This record gives sequence, C-alpha cells and structure tokens, in this order.
Amino acid sequence: MVTHLLKLRLLLLKNSLLRNPWRLVAVALGGFYGLGLLGLTVVGLVALSGASIDVTRTVVVLGGSATVLGWVLIPIIAAGTDQTLDPARLVTYPIPLPHLLTGLTVCGLIGIPGSVTLLGAVATMASWWRHPLIAVIAGVCAVAGTLTCIIGSRMVAALTAGLARRRRYREVSSTIILVPLMLLVPIIASVSNELQYANGDGFTRLANMFSWTPLGAIWAVPADVAGGDFARAGAEVLIAVVTLAVITLTWKHLLVVASATPAHTASRGVSQGKLGFFRLFPASPSGAIAARSLTYWLRDPRYTRQLIVVPLLPVLFFYFSSTVGAPGIIVATGPFVAVLLSLSIIADISYDHTAFATHIASGVSGAADRAGRVAAVASFSVPVVIALTVASAGVADAWRWLPGLLGLSLGILFTGFGVSSVSSAKLVFPVPAAGDSPFASPPGSGFLSGLTTFASWGVLAVLVVPELALVVAGAVVGLPELGYAALIVGVTLGALFMLAGIRQGGALLESRAPELLAQLQRQHGSA
Amino acid sequence: MPIPDTQSALSVRGLHKRFGDRTAVNRINLDIPVGSLYGLVGPNGAGKTTTLSMVTGLLRPDAGTVHIHGINVWERPIEAKKIVGVLSDGIKLFDRLTGEQVITYAGLLSGLTRATVVERVRDLLHLLDLEREAGTLVVDYSAGMTKKVALACALVHAPRILVLDEPFESVDPVSAANIRDILHGYVASGGTVIVSSHSMDLVQRMCDRVAVIMDGCVLAAGTIDEVRGDATLENAFVRLVGGRRQGVGPAWLRIC
Repeated sequence: MVTHLLKLRLLLLKNSLLRNPWRLVAVALGGFYGLGLLGLTVVGLVALSGASIDVTRTVVVLGGSATVLGWVLIPIIAAGTDQTLDPARLVTYPIPLPHLLTGLTVCGLIGIPGSVTLLGAVATMASWWRHPLIAVIAGVCAVAGTLTCIIGSRMVAALTAGLARRRRYREVSSTIILVPLMLLVPIIASVSNELQYANGDGFTRLANMFSWTPLGAIWAVPADVAGGDFARAGAEVLIAVVTLAVITLTWKHLLVVASATPAHTASRGVSQGKLGFFRLFPASPSGAIAARSLTYWLRDPRYTRQLIVVPLLPVLFFYFSSTVGAPGIIVATGPFVAVLLSLSIIADISYDHTAFATHIASGVSGAADRAGRVAAVASFSVPVVIALTVASAGVADAWRWLPGLLGLSLGILFTGFGVSSVSSAKLVFPVPAAGDSPFASPPGSGFLSGLTTFASWGVLAVLVVPELALVVAGAVVGLPELGYAALIVGVTLGALFMLAGIRQGGALLESRAPELLAQLQRQHGSA
Repeated sequence: MPIPDTQSALSVRGLHKRFGDRTAVNRINLDIPVGSLYGLVGPNGAGKTTTLSMVTGLLRPDAGTVHIHGINVWERPIEAKKIVGVLSDGIKLFDRLTGEQVITYAGLLSGLTRATVVERVRDLLHLLDLEREAGTLVVDYSAGMTKKVALACALVHAPRILVLDEPFESVDPVSAANIRDILHGYVASGGTVIVSSHSMDLVQRMCDRVAVIMDGCVLAAGTIDEVRGDATLENAFVRLVGGRRQGVGPAWLRIC
C-alpha cells in the first residue's frame, strides 16, 4: 500500500510535468536552488567540525529550529497550493490508517524540500566526523528531526484543511496572510538589527532557549552528548520523542475526523429585498455592472487582496523614508497607490470566468461594460488617492507641492483606468478561482499576466509624461507653482484618456467577446 | 446555401464548427416554428451545447447563418440578444451575488427599468420557489438551485425565444414540474422554447417537436410522433444513434 501511494505520488508529479513544460523548468530551478542550498549547508557543517562544541551546537540548533518552523508554517501560508495526495481525496478508498500515515510521510520525503531537508540534516554527521560515536547519534537525530518536520507540516496542513472547508475562513485567511508577507522586509530588518546589537551571545542564548522547545530539542542532543551533559541530552531526547508522538497522534486523529465529516458549507444570507449596491447605482446596464463590480471588490478575496496593499503602502513608504532619512520619499505614496488601483482591473474579465457569458448573452454594449467596471473602482479609489496624497504631503510638510502631486496622482489614476479598460478587453489570462490560495497560480498564468501588466505599465508611463514632466520640472527649478499646471493637465488629459480607453476597449470587447469567452472556457476547463 | 426561413422562430443554415481537427457541428440546418417546445437530444459530445452556443451568440461559427425571428444573430447581435433568453450548461453565474441580486443584474443588463426588474424578480423568485434563499450567495447554493437562478436570469427580460441547455439537470422533481408548467404557459402564449436534454422520457412528455443530433449532424427532426414512429422516443433514439450493448454485465458483477 505504501509503495502504491509512492507510485501514485510520482505518477502525479510526472503527469503534471508532462502537461506543462514550464512546470518542469520550475522544478528544475527549484532543484538547482535546493542543491545549492544543500551544498552550502554541507560545506558549512564540515567546516564546523573544526569549531568548538558550543558554536556547533548554536548553529545546528538554530538552523534546525528554523527548518522545523518553516515546514510547519508553509501549509498555513500556502494552504491549498499542493493538492497532490490530499488525504481528503483518498478517503473513499479502504486504506488502513497506519499505511496511509506511513505512505503520506514517505511521500513527504520525496520531492525537493523533503529530500533537501533529509540530506541537510544527515550532513550534520559531518560536523562530528572526528567523533564517530557522536556522528552516529547525530545521524539518528537528523532522521528524527526530518520526521518532525514532515509530520508537523502534515499535521498543520490537516488542521488548516479542516478550517479551510469553511469558505469564509479560507477567503479571509488567504487575504490576511499577505499582511505579514508585505511587512516582511521591515520585520527582518528590525530583527537583524536587534541581533547585531546582541552579537554572538544573543545567538547562543537564542539557541539555548530553542533547545528546550519541540523545535530545537532534537538538534541539540549530539552536542550535549559530546559536551558530557548527559542529563540535558536525555531531557532533550524526551522532549523530541514526546513531540513526535503528539504530532503523529494529532495528525492521525485529524485524518480520522476528516474522513468522517464530509465537506459542507452553511451560510446565512440576507433577507429578500436587500439588494446592496444595486439600490445605490442607477438602474442602467453600466450602473448594474458598477454595482456588481463593487460588490465583488468587497466579497471576492481576489479583489480584496489588492485592496489590502493600499493601507500597507503608506506604512512601507513611511518606514523607508525614515530609515533612509529622506522624508520626501513618502509623497510617492499617492502616485504609487494610483498606479496599483487604476491597473487593478486589468484582469477583470479573467476574474469573471465564464460568468462573463451573462454580459454577452444580454447584448450589453462594450462601452457600458467598461464604464461600469471603471465606475466601481473609481468610486472608492478617487477619494482614497486624494486622501493619501494630501496626508502624505502633510506628513512630509510639503504643502507647496500638493497641487502638483494631486495632478500627478489623479492623472495616473484616470489614465490608468483608460489603459486597463483596453488591455482587459484585449487579453484574458488564467487566474486562480475565487476560493483558491493567493499563491496557487494556475499553470501558464505567470508569463502572460506579467507581460500584460508590464505592457500596461509601459503605456501608462508614456501617457502620463506631460503631468510628470511638469511636476519634475517644478521640483528641479524650485517652482511649486508649476504644480497647478500639472493639476489641470493631469485631470483633463487623464479624463480624456479614460474616455478614449472606455470607447476603444468597448469596441474591442464587442468584436472579440465570443473569442474571449472561448478562451475563458478553455482555461476554466483546464483549471 | 439554402435560404433561411424568416417565419421561423429559429432558422439555422449550414452551421459549422471545428475544434482543431474535430468537427463538432457539421453544416446543420434546422427550423424551429414559432410556438413550439422543441427538444434537442443526442449522446454526450454530439454537439448540442456547441450548436446552442452558436445560436445564442456565445460562440462564433466557422460557417453558416442563424436567424432568430428573421434577425441574423451574427450580423445584428444586440437586436437578436434582446429577444433571446439563454441558459447555458457549464457556464458560471456571478456567484458572489445573492440569488436575488443575480436575477436583478441580468434584468438591468437587458435594459429594463428598476420598477419592472423589482416586480419580475419578485415573481420569478416565487414561481421558482427560491424566496427562502433569495438572500443567500449563489456560491453556497446547491446545483439545482443554481440552475433555477440561471433559468430566472434567462426569463427576466421576457424573451420571445428561450434557449435552455440541460435545464432540468439536478433540479428536484417538484421544481422540474413547476418549470414545465411555466414553459407550457409560455409556449401557449406564443413563445418558443428549445431544450437540450439527455432525458428521452422528459422530452417525449414535454416537447411537441424534437431533433436528434449525433456527431454534429441532425439524424432526424420533426414532431415527436414522426421521429419515434410506433416505438418510444428512447428506443427510436437508441436505434438512430446505436451503441446499445446487449447482455447483463460481467459475471463478477452478479452478486448472487
């Protein structure tokens, strides 16, 4: 049975590689990356054999703990990305539970991350090559540590899978998870700052702390045996064994529960007659489309994810401007947010999936379609961009430059609406479905969507040259009054480009709608 | 190419579609008279959905014409779409809206006034027994309820011709009976309905005319009695299409 599961895993891998050559490239790149990482680890560990026991202990414990932590966190961050051998799909087969557990664990070892972890862990033996007995202990600990990684990760995956069956949870978590990722750079910067001040002692203390936790205990055992502290080594072995037992039993329990509770969703709705935005927008085709789009901005996690960046950008800009010591940088917030929001509707039709057929079948005009979508984004992004621009000018104490900045921000926003109206009518590309993980990009999406986005950025950059030039010129010659000209040029030119984009995009949409739908259907079918 | 019949509700001439090297629809001709309840039957992959998609302006044909009440669908699409109601199989709805919002959306897209939409949506929710779930997101609906909402979207602008692809799939028997009543009433008042279905029984009971499609060709078309002769429609269909296996299955599947 175990070998059967293994074969299935390999077959799935092979088929997914054959179906999409880009996948193969990605796996090859991942393999090289993993090999490189492994090589560095081995070299480092061999070098450690010349260092003192304390240093070896600190490095191995910290590295090991970080590895375990990474394994446990990955399923939370990337929930739903790896569906290969999802236990939920195996519940219909009569597989004895012990076989299933063993099979899934062994499957975790194949694949790049599993094998790199195992080999890297086993390489800790190299640090102890002068003491063969300790090296053997290190080898045993390495295997135990790797098992902790894989089983821990499986357990967390099973935990989140249970929660992930609730649609609302899945959608909210997939959005929230982006916040720490966005703030990763400032967080890492401040943590490494702390450690710098604490110098070597800080690491030793940290490693000491981790050696008492389930994350690091197993990795400290060889060093403690080598140092003669057998009592401590025994305690650590105990911690590690209990950890393994607890996570294995929890995982087993979760699998049993999961196989007995089929997926079901329940949701409370609003009462009849509550039409939401459909009441607020005019009763016309474009009004209806605007109302529908705005509802989606709030309800569809793929849209909401784009919004979550907006409050974070000012934070990032504030952070950078204060670390670099140039408060002026923060005024870039307005224009940046304008770029993001105006081009956020580039994938609008792709996000519709085949529901776009509703538009085609009702014979709605292309321009009404474009105008409705733009109106929805504009309804919140115009106030947001104005507010951010004004606030950032206030923080930087650059009131004199406000008119120019406003002209640039609004110019970018309006022009961007025009650009994305055309490009989203020209191309659709594979996008994740509404309930998917933000990291689960369907095969083939990266290249095309990246190309479209870059092309749109390029066109946008060219079209906003007039107002940009006025603002830059004003800054160079120290003449903030040029900003008023930028404001007028930005708003009028932007509005013109927006109208042109809506008309052009609408015409394009009308002539190409069936082809776009056919493409969406193909992507939908293959997804 | 033969001249289209402008008196028919739907007149198809030489309609043709290839996907790669596979011909999905092979130069078919079809006339559907006004006021008929027309069944389109055929095995899986026969080209029913492809034909209906081309008829409703969702899929561009490689060749051929489609006229709806004399309007050429692919030359004057907007006019034609105003008088057609479509329920497509395998097409998603905007499922992050509530059922009521989706139907309202379809009505407003067709250019109805707010008062009309409100009234019609209320009626449709009542007719299709969706009132209790009107405020629930469509993504949380069952397959049958989703189908009913899609049907409501096809009906809301009071089209002259309804094109329904597998409208009864996964719909419960009570709702299916209600829907049949609605369709009969609609046809009696001068509307035209085209239904594709796998269920011969249902087509025989409900429709007055039928066309059998296989491998992208019309094998037989006419009134139900003309097509079935003195057999049941199912037997006539099996005779036309072939592929029926004799026997009682493999020996190991006989439990006693």
